[in-house]
Amino acid sequence: MYRYDELDQAFVDQRVAEFRDQTHRHLAGELTEEQFRPLRLRNGLYIQRHAPMLRIAIPYGLLSAPQLRKLADVARRYDRGYGHFTTRQNLQLNWPALADVPQILAELATVQMHAMQTSGNCVRNVTADHLAGITPGEVDDPRPYCEIIRQWATLHPEFTYLPRKFKIAVTGSAEDRAASEVHDIGLHLRRDAHGGLGFRVLVGGGLGRAPVIGQEIREFLPLEELLAYLEAILRVYNQHGRRDNINKARIKVLVKALGVTRFREQVETEWQAARARAPRLSAGEVQHMRAFFRPPPYEVLADTDAAGGREAQFQAWYRYNTRPHRVSGYRAVFVSLKAHGEVPGDMTAAQMDAVAALAERLSFGLVRTTHNQNLLLADVRQRDLHELWRALAPLGLATPNIGTLTDMIACPGLDFCSLANAGTITVAKDIQRRFADLDYLYDLGEIEIKISGCMNACGHHHVGHIGVLGVDKHGEEWYQISLGGSANGFTALGEVIGPSVAQHEVAATIERIVEVYRALRAEGERFIDTLRRVGLTPFREGAYAAHPAAA
Amino acid sequence: MRHILRRHEWVVDEWRYQGEDGAESEGAALIVPLARWRTDAERWRTWSGPLGVRLTPLDAVAELAADLARLGLVAVEFPNPGDGRGYSQGRVLRERLAFRGELRAVGPGVRQDQVFLLARCGFDAIELAAGEDPEAARAALTRYDVAYQPGAPGAALVALRRQRFLSRDA
Repeated sequence: MYRYDELDQAFVDQRVAEFRDQTHRHLAGELTEEQFRPLRLRNGLYIQRHAPMLRIAIPYGLLSAPQLRKLADVARRYDRGYGHFTTRQNLQLNWPALADVPQILAELATVQMHAMQTSGNCVRNVTADHLAGITPGEVDDPRPYCEIIRQWATLHPEFTYLPRKFKIAVTGSAEDRAASEVHDIGLHLRRDAHGGLGFRVLVGGGLGRAPVIGQEIREFLPLEELLAYLEAILRVYNQHGRRDNINKARIKVLVKALGVTRFREQVETEWQAARARAPRLSAGEVQHMRAFFRPPPYEVLADTDAAGGREAQFQAWYRYNTRPHRVSGYRAVFVSLKAHGEVPGDMTAAQMDAVAALAERLSFGLVRTTHNQNLLLADVRQRDLHELWRALAPLGLATPNIGTLTDMIACPGLDFCSLANAGTITVAKDIQRRFADLDYLYDLGEIEIKISGCMNACGHHHVGHIGVLGVDKHGEEWYQISLGGSANGFTALGEVIGPSVAQHEVAATIERIVEVYRALRAEGERFIDTLRRVGLTPFREGAYAAHPAAA
Repeated sequence: MRHILRRHEWVVDEWRYQGEDGAESEGAALIVPLARWRTDAERWRTWSGPLGVRLTPLDAVAELAADLARLGLVAVEFPNPGDGRGYSQGRVLRERLAFRGELRAVGPGVRQDQVFLLARCGFDAIELAAGEDPEAARAALTRYDVAYQPGAPGAALVALRRQRFLSRDA
């Protein structure tokens, strides 16, 4: 993984000193809340419903064991002993004290971590495929380019006060595990006819109030032009993005207003005009960065039948929670943060410490966070899988449900967030309880449920096979159900099926929907494929069949 | 009397904005809004003193290209700290249009916490928002001594010890 050099360390240390000064000025009354707000946001600090929330950056989801231990330590000493992993691969602490935050950031800086630009109207954490570097058939590992973008975007003098937040995701695989098509910029690694590396560039994707799938503005961008082209896009956006209405300030609105053709023309013109002065990405720099992400020293091993002859629970875990690896003798292992009855994405300090130790023993000391709010141990010897499972299970981290209905995404909702309309955590737990029977869960196969507590769509409900959106109706929580969304390979936005349902009815409604699937599916057909084949109507009818009273 | 942070020193501002007392007296250093620069073009051709133009966030700097040689100053307005359009205007003026006169940041959005970024974008004169601490603003120029991106030419206010990405023509 990337290691800070003297420049990086000096930078984060100076950033901490700056924020310490800003916090002092705020607490001393020299900076009003309104003046302090944009400064604290650019350091990851929100003021939430009950307390501040600190969002700590995990660049492209990669953590070392000592970093994970530091997160546990911080959660224990400055918070309530747990943290929440987000869809953008970061970690949120829900209860830090404002006055402690500079010290928390100083401690994070000792392990090369920070909370810079995890909120505010600036370039946010750059995210990547969590199977980067290990998945078969990848064009190239996206993480070196993510790190280059991270550095370039860090306190960018021109682009720190954009019209709105700006999210970039990079993938190197055909299968899009980073939801790149719903990012402000999605970069897909590819090669040109001469084998040269570069990117397909998508722009203007995003969820929120008006969900949009990103559009291609460049079919192939040579690698060395990466930063120059990003500067061109950002400059057009910075100058012309709307600033009069927060709900129309994302780049997707500008792209839509101009049309993608005119937007592209403006970007290309800007790119050509600015190239001479734009940051150069030399082959040497790329090589230097790639060296940080070289494969670990794998042993030469043959693939084995790791699950054969083992107990049924282990076989289920092997099947659902592990993935193939491009190196024989290894598997990638999901650490499920979706234990039935727990908050999706939450993890206790004790669990973090335990996973850090397991990573050191069994996976080269590295841990990844995933867009789906789980962790991943990327490089586990197949012969160690059983030992790893036996260690994870008593920690509550081996629920064999990855890719199933209970491996759902949910935002923190009304329990924490000041924007939310709805208690998403309650709904998520209800669903988990209703679908806790593993045989039933496995019979349903691959189904993605995504739950957001408000229009801002942090839970990505638009791109869930089943999307759940909390809405406020005269002070009561109701839930809108949509079907047919997808963010994986074939990005699609779901369609609302009908009237909202009450909180206690959400899980039952979902059960009626999946029962329609069970009745209509062809042999081996996934939920989303049945839905695409037969259309929404039977699902809509089934969902409300028992419920004429829905409002 | 107005003071501005010019390079590293607080100095008395010899420029006057149009509409201020004595702004249009003989030989005065006068800053006019871009709109007046256009509508009264004839008048500025014979103006006896130094001339500057003040831009709002909506003004397209490229339109000034042909006029820059006659301008001693461009003032870029920051209506609030969150409005970042002026950073792009400043960089384009310095980098693409090679403006070498005084580039000044002005407006309610110019606070000490913006000063470092402004300087990195090529601003060499800071007219602080009312109520801001002048010494703190000067000190803000040295908050960082490293950076990742190339700075705009003329970003002499900030002394960097190390910098990561260089510009192509560096």
